[in-house]
Amino acid sequence: MGENGAGKTTLAKQLNGLLKPSLGRVTVDGDDTAKKSVAQLSRKVGIVFQNPDHLLFSETVREEVGFALKNFGFEPGVVLKQVERTLEALDLAHYADTSPFLLSGGERKRVALAAVLAWQPDYLILDEPTIGQDYQQKERLRNFILQLNSQGKAVVMVTHDVEFVAECNPKVVLMSKGQIVAQGQADEVLSDDGLIEKASLVKPQMAKLFSQLSEYGFPRDVVDVHRAKMLLEEKLTEVRVRVAQSS
Amino acid sequence: MAGTQGEIVAAHSLGFQYAGSTSKALDDVNIVIRQGEFLLLTGPSGCGKTTLCRCLNGLIPNFHPGDMSGELLVDGVSVAAETTSELSRRVGYVFQNPENQLFALTVEKDVAFGPENLGLTREEIRGRVDWAMDAAGTVALKDLAPYELSGGQQQRVALAGVLAMKPSVIVLDEPTSFLDPRTAEEVMAAVDSLRRENGITVIVVEHRLDLVGRYAERIVVMDRGRIVADGKLEDVLDSEFDRLSGLGIGLPKVSLLWSLLRRDGLVSERLPTHVESAVKILSERLRN
Repeated sequence: MGENGAGKTTLAKQLNGLLKPSLGRVTVDGDDTAKKSVAQLSRKVGIVFQNPDHLLFSETVREEVGFALKNFGFEPGVVLKQVERTLEALDLAHYADTSPFLLSGGERKRVALAAVLAWQPDYLILDEPTIGQDYQQKERLRNFILQLNSQGKAVVMVTHDVEFVAECNPKVVLMSKGQIVAQGQADEVLSDDGLIEKASLVKPQMAKLFSQLSEYGFPRDVVDVHRAKMLLEEKLTEVRVRVAQSS
Repeated sequence: MAGTQGEIVAAHSLGFQYAGSTSKALDDVNIVIRQGEFLLLTGPSGCGKTTLCRCLNGLIPNFHPGDMSGELLVDGVSVAAETTSELSRRVGYVFQNPENQLFALTVEKDVAFGPENLGLTREEIRGRVDWAMDAAGTVALKDLAPYELSGGQQQRVALAGVLAMKPSVIVLDEPTSFLDPRTAEEVMAAVDSLRRENGITVIVVEHRLDLVGRYAERIVVMDRGRIVADGKLEDVLDSEFDRLSGLGIGLPKVSLLWSLLRRDGLVSERLPTHVESAVKILSERLRN
């Protein structure tokens, strides 16, 4: 996370060799990216770009999602199965024969994601995946990411969506002006005024709420609704019991 | 030159079906928007909100073919009788992705493009460009190329280009998607002050209510081509909360928290639309 122009996308592009370091070294599974081709690295590291139109070009959604698999030399049967599975997972099966360009922005974004997920890279880089997605689609995306993560895939997400991050509670790396300025768990980072200021973010609403309620004994590092509700429930019930006893 | 008593937009039984599509993108839409309103237009993907906005500046039906029915008046004039170029003076459109609307070699030239094509005097063009760049906070960028800019800067330049046309209505279609949260707040604040100082009508299409909720007095919710809720933000949020969350609208987290506490009988007050009002109620309660 970090302000526009902080270097997030530039860093992401280093991870599959689209950009090579002019100083220093980037390794993927121990291999120096400077010595590998983008094609070799892409097999392991899949990047889904911010703007889906930079990636889409096929005539149907099915072709689009199968394109890389074919290029990687998978058997037609495997390609077919993998494409169907991915389309299903991203709620795109009913668009299989539609042109990606007839879909809405949010839908095209999901096709771009499917096109990368289809070849099951070990590392998945998502540049602003929540843009143009409504709340339900974001929930689906969140579950999907958590599921991939639990299957042992590393997911790197570039995003400005503080509320989305608050609900996922991942490790957060903050960038500003080309440098990493902080890293830590989302609830610590997103409730820290100094860091928020430094990275041009705003606090999630729950962190704003709890920073103003700390005088009543609440912790400040609350960023998600679930934890907020549990804490308030406990305290409000206590107050209610006290009021009932005194009257 | 506004229409009936400051009505800047009036739709009566407006319908639209894209050519080749089997369902209506707009179905019996009725709405009146007054000069100077700040309106939040929301709804799930594919609900028709972008289609409605495209009708306002004539992109529909001039560039997106299909069947239009009913009536849509902008500034008292039917859009069906107007050219897109005429409408674009009245309705400025800031798209989700600013890259799609910037093309000149420098920021200043990009902002000047619209007014230069209106046949204005040199002084008038100069005046408009300076005013628009100042209002959108892009003066420092004027000699840079749009492609050199960050997403947030590009969005401000797109806004400046639209402002230079001195429109009565600005439509911003998910204008802050590509912006960092701080810049997003700055852009929304800049738009709001334009409304207050110049009486420009602002229509923002947005999924995230927490961002726009502070400025928008009115919320219009669409679903499957129809308007399903229209009113003051706090009223609609309070009475339609479950329905709105069912539609996949990103409701403010503080309202969501409140609805959960209220369901358990721990609070009874109306849903707060921002953090400050929740802090106020909870502080009073907890002080006991």
